[in-house]
Amino acid sequence: MKTKTADRIFFTFNTIFMLFIVVVMLYPFVNTLAISFNNATDSLKGGITVWPRMFTTSNYKTVFENPLLLTAFRNSVLRTVISTAGGLLVCSMAAYVVSRKEFVFRKIVTVYFIMTMYVSAGLIPTFFLFRDLNLLNTFYVFWVPGLFGAFNVIVIRTFMQGLPDSLVEAARIDGAGEFRTFLQVVLPVCKPVLATVGLWIAVGNWNDWVTNNFFASNRSELTTLQYELMKQLASAMAQMSNQQAGFFAQQGQAAFQNITPIAIRSTITIVAAVPILCVYPFLQKYFVKGVHVGSVKG
Amino acid sequence: MRPRGSLLKQVIRQRELFFMVIPVMIYVFIFSYLPLRGWLMAFQFFRPGRDVQEWAGLHHFRFLFTDPVFFRVMRNTLGMSIINLVLGFSCAIFLALMINEIRRRLFKRVVQTISYLPHFLSWVIASAMVADFLASGGILNRILMALGFISEPNIFMANADYFWWIIGWSNIWKSVGWNTIIYLAAISSIDPELYESAELDGAGRFARMWHITLPGIKSTILVLVILQIGWILNAGFEMQFLLSNDLTISTAETIDVFVIRYGIAQRNFSLGTAMGMFKTVVSIILLTGANLFAKRFAKEGLM
Repeated sequence: MKTKTADRIFFTFNTIFMLFIVVVMLYPFVNTLAISFNNATDSLKGGITVWPRMFTTSNYKTVFENPLLLTAFRNSVLRTVISTAGGLLVCSMAAYVVSRKEFVFRKIVTVYFIMTMYVSAGLIPTFFLFRDLNLLNTFYVFWVPGLFGAFNVIVIRTFMQGLPDSLVEAARIDGAGEFRTFLQVVLPVCKPVLATVGLWIAVGNWNDWVTNNFFASNRSELTTLQYELMKQLASAMAQMSNQQAGFFAQQGQAAFQNITPIAIRSTITIVAAVPILCVYPFLQKYFVKGVHVGSVKG
Repeated sequence: MRPRGSLLKQVIRQRELFFMVIPVMIYVFIFSYLPLRGWLMAFQFFRPGRDVQEWAGLHHFRFLFTDPVFFRVMRNTLGMSIINLVLGFSCAIFLALMINEIRRRLFKRVVQTISYLPHFLSWVIASAMVADFLASGGILNRILMALGFISEPNIFMANADYFWWIIGWSNIWKSVGWNTIIYLAAISSIDPELYESAELDGAGRFARMWHITLPGIKSTILVLVILQIGWILNAGFEMQFLLSNDLTISTAETIDVFVIRYGIAQRNFSLGTAMGMFKTVVSIILLTGANLFAKRFAKEGLM
């Protein structure tokens, strides 16, 4: 009887704790959502929590009618699609070769790939490499340098090594060459691992602002959603430290603008977050699978 | 297996594999190994556009290691890394233990899914949300004022003393749910008979957690801690870069932020490269050590 009561107290406490976790995880998102649907001037007064005070969709209208933000959205989509398709092709091709047991240089080539995870030249040498290759301030910089990922190759290779040998042998007997075996026999059965790796690449590209900020910031038509958001955040930060230093004028100025930084920032945040939030709950198992493969590898 | 002389024959027979892998290897060489050439900048007074660069020897390294800014940057990097390490591991393990105790499966799934949410948001979005959360009209100030802890809003983002902890707790928010995955997997592989016999012996819930669950995932925890120590110089830079301002830069500046501020913004490419090179070299040593240690441990342990 005593344990029953103790159990009940524990479960009640645990449920409250979990609800707390859920609120903490969701609140910032819900808050941003509320601000994005709230009148922009009204939001300046602060105090919006989970529900808009003066409901409006005009922030979204402003965002979707802004040509710069439309370009940003298009570039984000485009780079994500190209990087994912290209990245999967490059990584799985490399993985196929190092998964073949009979490949003579399998060990050396694997080490050559894995080393890239540890040795990174750093931001400045990378900048000069991109300059020498004429990649700076071109759309290519968004997808060309990032096609290869050593970790992705290892994950795909591990999956391929788990396939039955008879698969490749049967293709060989049918007279298929390596490339055809790879493309028509091995790749189709690798769908689960390709979904996992493809999702990583896609999320990474969609969320990336660093490339845009350091390598493609000179041409406004090369902007992405995350970069636009980063600029909004940077100006909000600068504004805050100015205010602290006594430049209150800036705040008054913002009120005159038709749309205020916080409203537009929240709206872009929602636009940038929603595609991922729509996808991840349904594809969780693919994401989670990767965590396990990665940990086994160590 | 085969005599050495047949290597060439083998290569010729496997030419198709080579046709597939050589382009990728060239690509990797260009984008991962060729930039290492840029490390030469650390030993030069590098100025773009000059045909011949002036050599500096170890000048930039000597400058770095005697500069008080370097020690401040190292302190910030290690400070934030250690906070991340200690907070990150303890929170993730605690949350995993608690999630594991949830009885209703649907509730468990929902909690898990929601706890992953911040992991998928970009650092820009996470930073913006943190900034709003801590703003003078943000929810934290309102709660603290409602509870009577403070009488007027605290501008958290403008106070250098808070910065490490803001980053630490933001990292928890973003990654704690995701990090429970691996512990929950480890917990699910513990033999259920252990729990049953412990229950028969009269062990309570907390005794079972302490004597069965925690020892059961001990090796997983240790391997992860060791590997994480290898990354100690990577305190992250996106949040620090995005959330710092003139008022907090003294505690916000990590190695990576230093490289951006001095190397790129002030165009002191040689100094920035020297700093980046220092970080990579120390990291490689730490990571190699950590990997060897973890592998050895993983073999002896239960993993």
